[in-house]
Amino acid sequence: MSTNPPGSNRRRTIELRAVSRAYGPVRVVQNLDLLVHAGEFVAIVGESGSGKTTTLKTINRLLEPDSGEVLIDGVPTHAHPAHVLRRRIGYVFQRIGLFPHLTVAENIGITPKLLGWSRAHIAARVTELLELINLPESFADRRPAELSGGQRQRVGVARALAARPLIMLMDEPFGALDPVTREALGSEYRRLHERMRLTTLMVTHDVLEAVLLADRVVVMRSGSIVADGPPRDLMNSHPDETVRALMDMPRRQALRVAALLEETERG
Amino acid sequence: MDDRVAAAWQQLPLLLGEHVVLSAAAMGLGLTLSLLFAIAAVRYRYVRWPVLTLASLIQTMPGLALLALFYPLLLALSALSEHLFGIGFSALGFLPSLLALTLYSMLPVIRNGVTGILTLDPAIGEAARGAGMTDWQLLLRIELPLAAPMLMAGVRTAAVWVIGAATLSTPVGQTSLGNYIFAGLQVQNWVSVLFGCVAAAALALIVDQLLALIESGVVRRRPGRIATGVFVLSAGITAAAVPRFDVAANYVVGAKSFTEQYILSALIADRIGSEGGAATRRTGLGSAIAFTALTAGDIDIYVEYSGTLWANVMRRTDNPPRAQLLAELRDWLARERDVGLVGALGFENAYALAMRRNRAAGLGISSIDDLAAHARSLTLGADFEFFARPEWPALRHSYALDFAGRREFQSTFMYDAVVTGEVDVITAFSTDGRIAANDLVVLADPRRAFLPYDAIVLVSADRADDPLLRRAVAPLLDAIPVETMREANYLVDRGVNPLPPVSAARWLSENLTPRSGP
Repeated sequence: MSTNPPGSNRRRTIELRAVSRAYGPVRVVQNLDLLVHAGEFVAIVGESGSGKTTTLKTINRLLEPDSGEVLIDGVPTHAHPAHVLRRRIGYVFQRIGLFPHLTVAENIGITPKLLGWSRAHIAARVTELLELINLPESFADRRPAELSGGQRQRVGVARALAARPLIMLMDEPFGALDPVTREALGSEYRRLHERMRLTTLMVTHDVLEAVLLADRVVVMRSGSIVADGPPRDLMNSHPDETVRALMDMPRRQALRVAALLEETERG
Repeated sequence: MDDRVAAAWQQLPLLLGEHVVLSAAAMGLGLTLSLLFAIAAVRYRYVRWPVLTLASLIQTMPGLALLALFYPLLLALSALSEHLFGIGFSALGFLPSLLALTLYSMLPVIRNGVTGILTLDPAIGEAARGAGMTDWQLLLRIELPLAAPMLMAGVRTAAVWVIGAATLSTPVGQTSLGNYIFAGLQVQNWVSVLFGCVAAAALALIVDQLLALIESGVVRRRPGRIATGVFVLSAGITAAAVPRFDVAANYVVGAKSFTEQYILSALIADRIGSEGGAATRRTGLGSAIAFTALTAGDIDIYVEYSGTLWANVMRRTDNPPRAQLLAELRDWLARERDVGLVGALGFENAYALAMRRNRAAGLGISSIDDLAAHARSLTLGADFEFFARPEWPALRHSYALDFAGRREFQSTFMYDAVVTGEVDVITAFSTDGRIAANDLVVLADPRRAFLPYDAIVLVSADRADDPLLRRAVAPLLDAIPVETMREANYLVDRGVNPLPPVSAARWLSENLTPRSGP
């Protein structure tokens, strides 16, 4: 799998079938169905506690569903041990979790190393990825503590991409970054997604981010999906009130900004 | 240089070497077990509480008690193994010390290891799993390296504890720096006690600094420091371990932990030497341990007292005359325990009650009968053993004794207590040089409440017919009158210009007075 060139014709769909998960008496995800097609960029939005993260984590088995099943390319995720599955799926999350005792290069190369790539192969891949995420090669020997927040998450993304996965799971990946860095990283990632023909499922509480980056937005409430469609469709007076309230916000913001710009030009 | 310091220096290579080997072995074993327990405690929540509680519980036990408990436990295990596989092992010395110290070393390593791993940022574990690590990969590549500084701090604490507690292994027959302390305490050689303390403290300090070097190497990722620390530590341990292999002692002479025993064991070892044998001494043994060690073959020869075996081992409660008791004991030992009673040395070291001369005269006391009338207003001081021995109820019963209070002391301090008047009456031994030295009087025992305590030479089953040993011991039999023994003891116990036990043994060998005739 290490030699798969980007853009190979492998399928990479994610399918959740009737997935449920509870923490004690609290049912966080309820009987949820979701199909993400190969090459799609899907964003899950919703309030805190709506079950977004739990849903995402059942896919790479960081959480096991109580019932229902998850299939990748039509194969149940339980067909192989969890660690084998995870080595094929990129995972990026808000708290990044870089290994503080390893260098940037060692952090990026961790999954290839677990897969038994040769030293030279890993080194070449690390160089390639540093370029891809716009970090100078001199960063390879630095430790995470020496990096800024944005640089750390760039490394986090590179680490997730290192073993050339075709699926990326992202849990509020840019949520802790300042707005400028956040916007830059978001759009850079969108370009990577297209260039590498990835399938991306991203959890975010930032509706604007979801609308701007994703091909399709899924809205969750109380463990269920209440809306699912292209951003454009959801923005136009959706029948569900919560969805409307949620999706109205970016539109109102956009209108206000547009008005502001118009004023400036006239002035 | 002071003679006592010179004598202490002379022993240093042996005692330090044994101490280092014991501590290193305990640390090695303890560290391995602790790591396994720490990992289990991190992975399985239900293991965590029992493991940490048990480790804490062990730590609350006094080190000496822990060591003492391992002896009977190992003895039973050895008997079981002998029974099942025909292979026994020595329950004395190295093994019980090793096991007790191993347990002692575990708490700081387990606790720091568990805390070090559990307090890591959970995001790191999530990232590691997300990247496809198995549980073991997570442990070895991420958790252990990150918890290493904390773990090393625990190792340092454990090392200091173990080196300190290893001094307590002397009473179970393991040579250590504790020999300085126990022997010194017994014969009031405070230079020796201090020497032992300083040596143990210095060793602990040096090891701690080397481990600190390794720790800083781990924290700052400087492999050079780690290598230096590991190299110096292993060089030290190797240097300590190597000489052990060329000590080829044929005979092991045992001794309990009081002056007379130190002197007599030195005398016997000397005699074995002059007959052309090689001997090592295992001194400072607990009273009950010495006999068990002999029956197990851990020591070859030592001096025991007839009444002790009569009451404590044979569990007899009658009190026959001296010669009859000795004859019955000899038969019983040969028949039941396969132990040879070579002969008596000629003196008795019996329990007695003693008082300050002027105090006794003031109250008009010269026998225990006289004492009984005044006992209600007097305090009795005894050694640790006395109140647990059959003599105590016998004494109380025979004379209807009822003291106002009673206290227990290490024997050195017991004499100080009676001299300062802290207690009025003490239990003493009839050969004790301190009776004369402190101007005490021994009270008569008209009702014969105390057993006869003839000093007798015992040899293990393997050595029962050893001609060299017989030749070595023969000149000592019936050749030491009680006055001579008392004087020899006094040479060591006296406050001014005391001699080391080895010198007193030499004096004794020049003052043997063999009784004529059979």
